[in-house]
Amino acid sequence: MAHLTRVLKSEWTKVTTVRSTLWTLVLAFFLTVSIGIAFSALLKNLSNEERGGPLDPTYVSFSGMSMGQLAMVAFGVLVVSGEYSTGMIRASLGAVPQRGVFMAAKLVACTALALLVGMVTSVATFFGSQLVLGEEKASITDDGVLRAVVCGGLYMTLMALFSMGVTWMLRSPLLAFSILMPFFFIVSGILGVVEATRKIAQFLPDQAGMTMLAVNDLTDFDRAYGPGGALLIMLAWVAAALIGGYVMLKRRDA
Amino acid sequence: MIELEGLTKRYGTKTAVDRLSFGVRPGVVTGFLGPNGAGKSTTMRMMLGLDRPTAGDVRIDGKHYDQLKDPLNHIGALLEAKSIHGGRTARNHLLCLAQSNGIPTRRVDEVLDLVGLGSVAKKRPSGFSLGMGQRLGIAAALLGDPRILMFDEPVNGLDPEGIHWIRNLMKHLASEGRTVFVSSHLMSEMALTAEHLVVIGRGRLLADTTMESFIEENSRTYVRLRAPEPERLRDVLVADGLAPTEGAEGAIEVEGAQAVRIGELAAEHRLVLHELSPQQASLEEAFMRLTAQTVEYHAHTALPGPGEPAAAPPPGQQQGWGPQQQKEGF
Repeated sequence: MAHLTRVLKSEWTKVTTVRSTLWTLVLAFFLTVSIGIAFSALLKNLSNEERGGPLDPTYVSFSGMSMGQLAMVAFGVLVVSGEYSTGMIRASLGAVPQRGVFMAAKLVACTALALLVGMVTSVATFFGSQLVLGEEKASITDDGVLRAVVCGGLYMTLMALFSMGVTWMLRSPLLAFSILMPFFFIVSGILGVVEATRKIAQFLPDQAGMTMLAVNDLTDFDRAYGPGGALLIMLAWVAAALIGGYVMLKRRDA
Repeated sequence: MIELEGLTKRYGTKTAVDRLSFGVRPGVVTGFLGPNGAGKSTTMRMMLGLDRPTAGDVRIDGKHYDQLKDPLNHIGALLEAKSIHGGRTARNHLLCLAQSNGIPTRRVDEVLDLVGLGSVAKKRPSGFSLGMGQRLGIAAALLGDPRILMFDEPVNGLDPEGIHWIRNLMKHLASEGRTVFVSSHLMSEMALTAEHLVVIGRGRLLADTTMESFIEENSRTYVRLRAPEPERLRDVLVADGLAPTEGAEGAIEVEGAQAVRIGELAAEHRLVLHELSPQQASLEEAFMRLTAQTVEYHAHTALPGPGEPAAAPPPGQQQGWGPQQQKEGF
């Protein structure tokens, strides 16, 4: 236990001392909050017909998350691939040859930081947007709103964690970025819109995650599961990525 | 103490390290010598638990590397391949390594000063020169004040001052009773630092001996002669049962003979000699001869094979400090 604490401290130092990785978190915050507020301002002035239904003021405030999540994905990719692309992995495993301990400590340290930034972002984008929404605004005490805001922070954290697992399998930052980014930016969206694939696409991690953010019946997602099921689907994706990453780390030469 | 037993690494059908068994003892610098691609780095990575052996075993103080708790306190390593994140300052790089092994923060500043990087502790290594990067790697190796140190090609790409510094550091560490294991593909470099020598070629152990006996066994001694009448001299030598060969620039070389005997022989036959000098082939030659069969990537200009006389260097490419170089203003 004392050993794990020491390695955890070391990994915390690692993740907080590289500027480029910290910038991705700053970017995640600003993208999410600014786009969320901008969308809220835009939609507020439209009639229900124009926006195709009643407004879910909570869900609208998360409009920037589809962009902000990409920065979170970048964070997840960088903290892991940074070890491999720089050769730091050799120093890291030289210092902590127990690979399971090493991986666990890195995941905990990076996830803690992502969770902190994710929650702050989710709270900020919610309250910022409600300020703009005026009469249409929701209150944090409204039914399901607090849960949605917490899930917003959780969603961003889980996206980072999922990316860490995937990157641990791929190692190369180029490979990880070129698979994850287009997937979440384009592919998942297309699959979700096309009629034939929609039924399958709803089980993708980001589509499931977005469902967690909806407040009850205001936003109709037409999904086979509710917010609780959505969380479980996301957790399953994260677990699969991390197990894959662990097996690769354990088996391959560094 | 490092012990290897039948250590083997295969990549598919290619054997990089082939049943290596030897021990590295404390108190001396042990040189780990082999041509490029001989398997030195792979062996060292297996010692550190980075690569998994296909077969065999390597133990550090009787334990596998991943059984060591806080390994930096047992063994420090400088690998040939860079192992530093360029975006993390030198001090933070060492700090995160220190924290993982419970090494006090004060030691970080100590080793930074020790390797002469105190003034750039807050700078990021992406802007470091090769030599500074190497020093930072050495600082990391020294962090836990370990009893075993391992350096993979530590002088590669360093300036003379840096090379000098590393040589002295290694000798100093050994004199403190530590185990120092250094790899190199340059015999001349090893001759200056190592007392013990482990030579490998194509992953196989070729020699495990002291530097002294390696030199004795492997260096070719011969006598070099120059004379105004080389034909007659040659006849006289052959008549005496010696085997003169053609040396560089018209010189005659005689292997396995005493200079004294040849001098007397020449005097008996009233032959004038312009040169009569006992020679010792360089260690580099001895190393090349030992590994000639095992060199992985041969250049197209053939190396002198075993038994053949060393080829004369073409004029203008002489090794050493000849009059020609001086004229050209070196």
